[in-house]
Amino acid sequence: MTANAAPRGSAARFEIEYAAYRRKKRAYAALFGAAFVVCLVAAGVTAKFDVLTLIQGLPRTTEFLVKLIPPIGLATFAHDMGEWYWDLNKWLDSLLNTLLMAYLATVLGTAIGGFLSFFAARNLARHYFIYWLTRRALEIARTVPDIVWALLFVIAFGIGPMAGILAITVHTIGAQGKLFAEVNENVSSLPIDGIRAAGGTWFQEIRFAVLPQVIPNYLSYTFWRMELNVRSATIVGFVGAGGIGHDLFTSIQLLYFSDAGAILLIIVATIMLIDILSEQFRHSAIGKAAFAR
Amino acid sequence: MTIRLADLTAADIAAERERFPRAFAPSLRERVRFWLAWGSCAALTVYCLYRFGFLSSDFLHGVSKFGAVVVAQLFPPAGYADLPLFLKVIGETIAMAFIGTLLGAVMAFPLSFLASRNMTRSRPLQFGTRRFADLLRSFDYLIWALIFVRAIGLGPLAGIMAIAIVETGTFIKLYSEAIENLDRKQIDGITAAGGNGLQRIRFGVLPQVLPMMLSNTLYMFEHNVRSASILGIVGAGGIGFLLADRLRAYELREACLIIILVVLAVYAIDYLSRALRERLIGDHRRREPVDDPAQA
Repeated sequence: MTANAAPRGSAARFEIEYAAYRRKKRAYAALFGAAFVVCLVAAGVTAKFDVLTLIQGLPRTTEFLVKLIPPIGLATFAHDMGEWYWDLNKWLDSLLNTLLMAYLATVLGTAIGGFLSFFAARNLARHYFIYWLTRRALEIARTVPDIVWALLFVIAFGIGPMAGILAITVHTIGAQGKLFAEVNENVSSLPIDGIRAAGGTWFQEIRFAVLPQVIPNYLSYTFWRMELNVRSATIVGFVGAGGIGHDLFTSIQLLYFSDAGAILLIIVATIMLIDILSEQFRHSAIGKAAFAR
Repeated sequence: MTIRLADLTAADIAAERERFPRAFAPSLRERVRFWLAWGSCAALTVYCLYRFGFLSSDFLHGVSKFGAVVVAQLFPPAGYADLPLFLKVIGETIAMAFIGTLLGAVMAFPLSFLASRNMTRSRPLQFGTRRFADLLRSFDYLIWALIFVRAIGLGPLAGIMAIAIVETGTFIKLYSEAIENLDRKQIDGITAAGGNGLQRIRFGVLPQVLPMMLSNTLYMFEHNVRSASILGIVGAGGIGFLLADRLRAYELREACLIIILVVLAVYAIDYLSRALRERLIGDHRRREPVDDPAQA
């Protein structure tokens, strides 16, 4: 009896402590659950969310989605498709514009953001003030959404792709600057010390010690950014900043729904294609080696 | 044998260069490839600059106008009389993001099991669900918002639906990746102890994937507060409507105040959500679940 007391005691203690642990966990779960319900109700009231309106809206949404595709007969397939894509040349031209806008914004944004990233990396910036200032500037550039930048640039540069390119460029500077700065902060300091010991300047440190370490990561980020910028370039047209978004916006405003459907299909196909290509490139060592050397 | 740097002569170096040319310079092919890659990129860039008018005087004109008109009139922020309205609409924006994210998560949860390779036997069904998710994701929030504004009218409901649809796609992808990465052994354990299918999911799958799912959902909520703040530009509710309205009416100072408020709200939500993620599941990652190229 006494011999068994100790193990049974510890088992009992375990049971007691485990029960307490479970109680505590349950209490936490209940607390979070209650907080969640409060948030949900508050959000529902604030956003005037109404399940009934939502349910009524769903058939109208499907109705609308059906209107996007005109009747296409199997026998008259080629003819019907031709009718549907009656303005294909103009749309393809807009698409080309969109892609080139994204490309230019990616190149400009990456060049400027990449340059600034050396000042925004704690291990490379020589003065704390410059580091702090660059960080804050990059933060502002990327926290303000690109479509808001587009609205601002449209005021100064007028309607057209230039405003869109600048808007996406500013956003890209902020995003690339931050990501590149993080890459820069992770470099090995040994090559930098080597260049410094050999009497190199700050620029030589960057060129011969830092760049060789970071270029592969930079390239990955840049291709991924290109992907995101193609998406952005398709929507900046909504506020008049060029690209295929402009055609989409006007066709929906003017109730040309089959045109809108045709353009939406073009956009989906493009985005999926770009995603696949960019992923392939990001994974291909050969493609990167061409740029890195 | 040791070689001292001081003993090396120029002739030695020349001899080594003769013997191992590749160690001193890249091969001709590498050099050609390098210059071709960078050269074609540069050429395309110059062509784009030309095509979009950056090389003409229009650009300089725009820059000076941007400096004189936009930047000069942006500060100091004004419109404090409308502050209560702005704050109320920012609250609406956050509420839209909250409900939209939640709806997306609820719709995606069952579908994500269909989309995971280790949960669905039928390959076409699994593949089809994945592609469906890709399709939902491939349109930007604003495009969906434009569609829903046309279909169900102006207002926050269109914005909520836009967020919910995109998030359904995103969450199917993220959740099913979490499910595919789970450890088989725990499920086998439940099976060995005589558990049925439901118990396998409850005790074998959920404990492993729920923290990941919660973390991703919270992260996307942060992300969607940003998205919701612009949906109003096409009339889908939230602060974007007021912002676009003020900008189009050249009320730049008021627009500036709105931008500052939105940025502050975004920071506050980021901070809260990060704190909550750490508290709930000890998620200290700064890594972003979807938008992470390093992950791919």
